Amino acid sequence: MSQYIIRRFLYSLPLLMGVNILTFVLFFVVNSPDDMARMQLGQKHVTEQSIANWKQQHGYDVPLLWNDDAQGEKKITDTIFYQKSVGLLLFRFGVSDSGRNIGADIKERAMPSLAVALPTLMIGLLVNICFALMMVLFRNSYLEHAGLVLCVILMSISSLFYIIGGQFFVGKVLRLVPISGYDDGMAAIKFLILPVLIGVFSGIGSGVRWYRTLFLEEVEKDYVRTARAKGLTETQTLFRHVLPNAMIPILTGVVVVLPLLFMGSLIMESFFSIPGLGSYTIDAINSQDFAIVRAMVFLGSVLYVIGLLLTDISYTLVDPRVRLS
Amino acid sequence: MSLAVFLTALVSCTLPISESLNNPYPENESEQAVLYQSFSERPKHFDPAVSYNTSEYAFIAQIYEPPFQYHYLKRPYQLVPLTATRLPEIIYLNQKGGKLSYDVNDSDIAFTDYMIEIQSGIRYQPHPALAKNAQGDYQYHQLNPTQIESAASLNDFKATGSRELTAEDYVYQIKRLAHPKIQSPIAEIMKNYIVGFDDFSKQVADKPKTAIRNLPIAGVTALSRYQYRIRIKGKYPQFIYWLAMPFFSPMPWEADMFYDQAGLTDKNITLDWFPLGTGPYLMAENNPNRRMILLKNPLFHQESYPAEGEAEDRQKGLLADAGKKLPFIDKVVFMLEKETIPYWTKFLQGYYDASGITSDSFDQAIQFTGSGDAVLTPTMREKGIQLQTSVAISSFYMGFNMLDSTVGGTTEQARKLRQAIAIAVDYEEYISIFMNGRGIAAQGVLPPGIYGFDDKTGINPYVYQWQANKVQRKKIAEARKLMIAAGYANGIDPKTEEALILYFDTTSTSIDDRPRMNWYRKQFEKLGIKLVIRGTDYNRFQEKMRTGNAQIFVWGWNADYPDPENFFFLLYGANSKVRHGGENAANYHNPEFDRLFEQMRNMDNSEQRYRIIQQMQEIVRHDAPWVFGYHPKNFSLFHGWYKNLKPNLMANNQLKYTRIDTAARAEKRQQWNQPVFWPLLLGVAVFVLMLIPAVIAYRRRRLQERVMREHLSSRETKL
Repeated sequence: MSQYIIRRFLYSLPLLMGVNILTFVLFFVVNSPDDMARMQLGQKHVTEQSIANWKQQHGYDVPLLWNDDAQGEKKITDTIFYQKSVGLLLFRFGVSDSGRNIGADIKERAMPSLAVALPTLMIGLLVNICFALMMVLFRNSYLEHAGLVLCVILMSISSLFYIIGGQFFVGKVLRLVPISGYDDGMAAIKFLILPVLIGVFSGIGSGVRWYRTLFLEEVEKDYVRTARAKGLTETQTLFRHVLPNAMIPILTGVVVVLPLLFMGSLIMESFFSIPGLGSYTIDAINSQDFAIVRAMVFLGSVLYVIGLLLTDISYTLVDPRVRLS
Repeated sequence: MSLAVFLTALVSCTLPISESLNNPYPENESEQAVLYQSFSERPKHFDPAVSYNTSEYAFIAQIYEPPFQYHYLKRPYQLVPLTATRLPEIIYLNQKGGKLSYDVNDSDIAFTDYMIEIQSGIRYQPHPALAKNAQGDYQYHQLNPTQIESAASLNDFKATGSRELTAEDYVYQIKRLAHPKIQSPIAEIMKNYIVGFDDFSKQVADKPKTAIRNLPIAGVTALSRYQYRIRIKGKYPQFIYWLAMPFFSPMPWEADMFYDQAGLTDKNITLDWFPLGTGPYLMAENNPNRRMILLKNPLFHQESYPAEGEAEDRQKGLLADAGKKLPFIDKVVFMLEKETIPYWTKFLQGYYDASGITSDSFDQAIQFTGSGDAVLTPTMREKGIQLQTSVAISSFYMGFNMLDSTVGGTTEQARKLRQAIAIAVDYEEYISIFMNGRGIAAQGVLPPGIYGFDDKTGINPYVYQWQANKVQRKKIAEARKLMIAAGYANGIDPKTEEALILYFDTTSTSIDDRPRMNWYRKQFEKLGIKLVIRGTDYNRFQEKMRTGNAQIFVWGWNADYPDPENFFFLLYGANSKVRHGGENAANYHNPEFDRLFEQMRNMDNSEQRYRIIQQMQEIVRHDAPWVFGYHPKNFSLFHGWYKNLKPNLMANNQLKYTRIDTAARAEKRQQWNQPVFWPLLLGVAVFVLMLIPAVIAYRRRRLQERVMREHLSSRETKL
């Protein structure tokens, strides 16, 4: 397995480099260093001299990819791409164009994102599986049909509605939890109840339907019929046989998103004032802060690659038939 | 029986409880003098040499103290000493440095000296940069890698120190403004005024920030421990306003020595994030992703609440605290609130002490009386909320690129076309539709509150007329007549014999902007003109403006200081954006206007200056390089427990004057935030009821299975 992991790691290097170059090219097609300087310097009293100063101070006064005026290897190293993007491969995120250390910011903001996303995922998983099993238990009955209709209704409602509705009902009408905010340590719990509740609730419709499909596929298989023929009750069949086998696609689906939980949710964090990473990239794009954009895109790619790798590994853990070679 | 228990539970859930569950702040803060505010945009800079943004000034103006400030209560705005002992002594000098009398011609003045004396005994806030050890050496000026590694924030440097403010600190800050590595946005302007500023800037370009301390700058000198002199070129009376801005706050050299140590930037411990000032507050926490906390500076010098104000201030209770020591509030918490819905709800719950009014909540908060006055709705009045309105010292306008061959130029045809458009674009309607009435239509370049603004008779006679003692926009028929005179009868362009096509360049490209763009299109359609909206991103728009490729655009200006010069310079020929890279976005150039501007800008306020301003207004109204748009009106809401509030659009350091009645706040919060549990219990009950069919079905199925098994086993036994 270790050989497989090393090989996958080596495969990911050109992939990450490609992502890096693509981000760089796309960003500078839209924004020139002059535009970035103007954005950072504001709108009042910006002169050509102050733009030149800004570019010089922030290292944007050299060519983008190839420096014709330089000698030897400096043709490559004296460029914005080399100086700004290559360090990323060593996880050196550097300083944002507004002067803050990106690594420190990411470290600080990742935990609040995780504090919302992880319980939402775990509780959501539990709730969805329970409801899906219940629907399978009562399949072909009016209970299942009613459940399906309810799921479709829940799926059809925008997540924004759940957020605003949840804030209105729980935060404003019932006044049970703060409507938004965050705190450190255990004090964060009262701020997390509502976003987690809404996150779980908004995912019930699609989650239950998806897991129900997985369970139904298993329920019709021969080994389930054998279990029933042996005299096992329906609940015993579902929990002892169907659930473990259906867990393979469920688990792989969950593992792939685990690393990305750090990246947060834009809308949820915005509405609940969670100081997470959700809006970090969007804010950076709006303020043309290339340093943050490149760091976040790179980090997203790395986490996605890790997620895929973990998925492959998890296959071997949950399904003995799968071997990595 | 069970129903009775359930009903009892429901009733008990409606009884008041002592603690509000939805309180986002620690319970022990409720009785303290803590002010809660919000911010929606993450500030970028707290270095007073760099910061140039209202949202940043909300913080740093409480921390840094320039020598002068605006009087909190008096109007029109007037400067008073802050750390200075008195207003500066101004001395005019000739080319040889000889002193001139005050009535000398402006052209004879080669230099002006500003002599500023500061108060003794003012001390900096406690800060690690000023901490000294037993030997008298600075404790944290030579940090080793271990110390840096172990520090996560500024608070990890436990020892703090302070020292007295000196004139040298003001000189040092001006040197910082000049240093290219600091990137001060006003460096390029100050090069034109402060003697030796440009030379100093070149001299230190390749030197570290810390090297400037011992290098002299020709025009700025500390004459003694408490007195310094700034020498500027020629006469520039508006310079004193700059001295009331955070740019000219003092900075101890120790700050740069401390923050410039390698490794601290990687921890986000920089002067740009952790200010060091003498003001009423110090920054105790800086987390721009979540909250900022200001605490009362324990070493703040003696400053008292003003004892004078406008005539009605005493009646409004604004002088009740006259003579009392400032500040009144112990702690200010700024919470990041990006979305308006939770922000507004928290304000109504009493968890924010003040709020703006977004368009979503406008109808909930404001209603208009028959005479058009904005008043609070009964719901707001019941809560004891106060409304304050004030016209911002800013102007928004629709500009014509005067270099454009169709709408620009000084020809009679182009001028009439612009005047016709000025009549057709109905900004009263715009304010009503898109701003909920929060603005006043502009009659000229100057907003109310600026010297030279004439609110009685000063209408734009090319767009408005008096009708039954009321100012009315001219009828569209008059605009159509102007179109005929301009050669575009019914909006037809004689060259193409089709509708005249004009181009409107804008960055407003989102779906939310569509109604506004359609409105502009309709305004031009009144004249038969086809308006093409050219939406583009911010960068391309700026480029078009710089190169003169935009035709019609919308622009705005927020005053740096309350002087007409700060508005008229937007139309001064030498500030043309295309030719000189200045702020004259319309590229307007009128020699007579420029001559009057040059005469007016250096004058003190007087009858003569007033007359010149009116002449300049007349020229601009006649030439119409702008369609005068509107001056926004700020609507702010405050809870009844928030005291001593008076809109001051120039001062940013108002927090020190305000006061919180904490007992009233705690009582109201308690009253407004009683939790309600019964719907929750009802929901649980409904859920349980919904489960009953499932349980019954499940039991039935279990029974069937058991019967089936018994049946099978009995068959097996028989067999």
